[in-house]
Amino acid sequence: MDKILEVKNLKLYYHTSKGVVKALDDVSFDLYKGETLGLVGESGCGKTTTGTALLRMPTAPGRYDGGQILIDGRDIIPLPEKDVRKNVRWEEVAMVFQGAMNCLTPVYTIGKQMLETLQEHRDMEKEQAEELIREYLGLVGLPGEVMKRYPHELSGGMKQRVVIATALFLKPKFVILDEPTTALDVIVQAQIINLLKKLKKTFDLSFIFITHDLALEAEVADRICVMYAGKIAELGTNAQIFGKQGPMHPYTEKLLAATPRLHRKVESLSFIPGTPPDLIDPPKGCRFNPRCHKVMDKCYVEEPPLKEVEPGHMVACWRLEK
Amino acid sequence: MSENKNPEVLLKVENLKKHFTPHMGLAASLGKARKVVKAVDGISFDIKKGEIFALIGESGSGKTTTGKLVMKLIEPTSGTMIFDGEDVTSIAKKQLEAYRRKVQMIFQDPYASMNPRFKIRDVLEEPLSIHRIEGDRARHDEMIVKALEEVKITPPEEFMTRFPHMLSGGQRQRVATARTLILNPKMLVADEPVSMIDLSTRAEILHMMKDVQRDLGLTYLYITHDLSTARYFADRIAVMYLGRIVEMGPADMIIDKPLHPYTKALIDAVPEPESGKVDVIKELPISGEIPSPANIPAGCRFHTRCPYATDECKTLPEPELEDIGGGHMHACRRWKEI
Ligand SMILES: Nc1ncnc2c1ncn2[C@@H]1O[C@H](COP(=O)(O)OP(=O)(O)O)[C@@H](O)[C@H]1O
Ligand SMILES: Nc1ncnc2c1ncn2[C@@H]1O[C@H](COP(=O)(O)OP(=O)(O)O)[C@@H](O)[C@H]1O
Ligand code: SF4
Ligand SMILES: [Mg+2]
Ligand SMILES: [Mg+2]
Repeated sequence: MDKILEVKNLKLYYHTSKGVVKALDDVSFDLYKGETLGLVGESGCGKTTTGTALLRMPTAPGRYDGGQILIDGRDIIPLPEKDVRKNVRWEEVAMVFQGAMNCLTPVYTIGKQMLETLQEHRDMEKEQAEELIREYLGLVGLPGEVMKRYPHELSGGMKQRVVIATALFLKPKFVILDEPTTALDVIVQAQIINLLKKLKKTFDLSFIFITHDLALEAEVADRICVMYAGKIAELGTNAQIFGKQGPMHPYTEKLLAATPRLHRKVESLSFIPGTPPDLIDPPKGCRFNPRCHKVMDKCYVEEPPLKEVEPGHMVACWRLEK
Repeated sequence: MSENKNPEVLLKVENLKKHFTPHMGLAASLGKARKVVKAVDGISFDIKKGEIFALIGESGSGKTTTGKLVMKLIEPTSGTMIFDGEDVTSIAKKQLEAYRRKVQMIFQDPYASMNPRFKIRDVLEEPLSIHRIEGDRARHDEMIVKALEEVKITPPEEFMTRFPHMLSGGQRQRVATARTLILNPKMLVADEPVSMIDLSTRAEILHMMKDVQRDLGLTYLYITHDLSTARYFADRIAVMYLGRIVEMGPADMIIDKPLHPYTKALIDAVPEPESGKVDVIKELPISGEIPSPANIPAGCRFHTRCPYATDECKTLPEPELEDIGGGHMHACRRWKEI
């Protein structure tokens, strides 16, 4: 498989007046053509920051403090903004922001909004562009007449489809989806998940799917990258994380145990006590140590490295050190 | 007036409706005909003392409107509500105040319901002032400490001097719960109390709410779109669709043996954390999205999305809830065949 993205030792810190928030601290992963990589973790673990970093659009006061983002071998971090705008952002990397479906401009028709995006990037006659818009609306399961509608005339599911179509428009190499179904009802969520699977299969697309819900990753992600406190805790295939053996990092174990299962009756719902740490001053050693049920002395002193425990399965936990 | 003689029942709702009529000006300015929005369209249920009763359904099904009706924040179009044996459908202002002390509400976003400039102590004293609860500062402090201890905010004295923004989402939801407890209510209406909280800590809040409910013998109306938490948290579940209850019964029965095709569809759509599904397109028994309550389909209101709908479902009057035993009720004409 072709590797289309390589993130190497990425550091993205927010330099705030209160201190330096180490939102991404030495994060490395790859993305292959035709795969969906899931980014999962509680809120505040650095998922959205990863997305905006890959889009070369970190929010202020975020700064790249190290590492590389290689798209087809080229590092996009040092590129001048002009270059990024012309060739990278939306062209190679697209992102569906969390809540984007509620940020469509209320006073313009869907067609006009999509046309604007398209004409910003492509030299195209109006008619030709509209033809393309109709085609993309069709791809996401919407009739062409949606072009004439205003956002308030569409349901949540339809708006999310419009947003996805807009992200696909310029044929990016991969699309980052940030909590794309969190605001939707369960049936509509399942419809959107099905749509993403169809798009991926038909066009050999690559996605980075961000959510705090492990059950959703089980549905969509070929590989799952579990983030905790700005670091990768565990990275493995769908079968490694959700199969018989189950996850290996105590955080993933707890996250999975806290994921409600509708069809399997358990005594009571479990949860992870406490909250993810403040990333200005994260715990020494393993960042998960205050909440870990398997913590050892060493965990308070030294940070565990992300190590391969079996082919394609990486875990950052001292417990797995032989 | 049908007085409720069953001492077990705390709240009895009968054929309750809330129809919203848009203002003429607004409808005209949108160039639309004036259409009545039938947000709640004839629902009946009992909530027993000490019970957790869940109302579930997709957004737009009328859950929040039902909650507001029960809180008496809005007036019903028709129907009756009996609380603790007393008809509260239309009560005078004086009684309304007393009712609002007995029935308290927890909101989805605890942050939005707290004055950010108030310390936690003042956030909790607010209801005492509003309801003119007697007592000097020391007495109020005592009550505040007790309420905070009840929701496991410890040590309470330390938290009382903090501001809402200094708390985590879970802690804020605890404080919001403490604020309702301070008035010694009989019933809490909780509208999506955990949907803004991370999945990983939701259960913690629900456990806390359940402990409080047991300790104080409270009754809950729990409103949610999340079936998974409803199953564990609630004793009974009512499934709403477009302003009506289409299925109701003990929580486990609803999840394990759903009778109505809508309930089945909701359950089927819930993702499970298991491997082997990435390359599978999930079969969804129903398509489309919930229609507008300003345009409710004739016959069984679910027929436009129902995979089992027949001509009868479209033309015959809407099926009423039918009890098949064990308190398990459904409103589907074809339940036996599906
Ligand atoms: N613009 C910003 N300025 C300062 N801190 C930020 C900013 N954006 C995010 N953060 C902090 O960075 C960390 C990671 O946040 P985020 O990437 O949004 O996590 P997630 O998407 O996993 O919830 C959090 O501690 C958050 O408070
Ligand atoms: N004040 C109102 N005026 C007009 N329509 C309303 C009003 N409040 C709610 N509705 C409509 O009633 C329906 C039910 O809403 P709601 O009770 O909030 O449902 P839920 O909580 O299940 O999402 C929705 O279609 C909503 O738009
Ligand atoms: S390294 Fe230690 S603290 Fe961290 S997850 Fe493993 S056992 Fe828990
Ligand atoms: Mg985020
Ligand atoms: Mg609601």
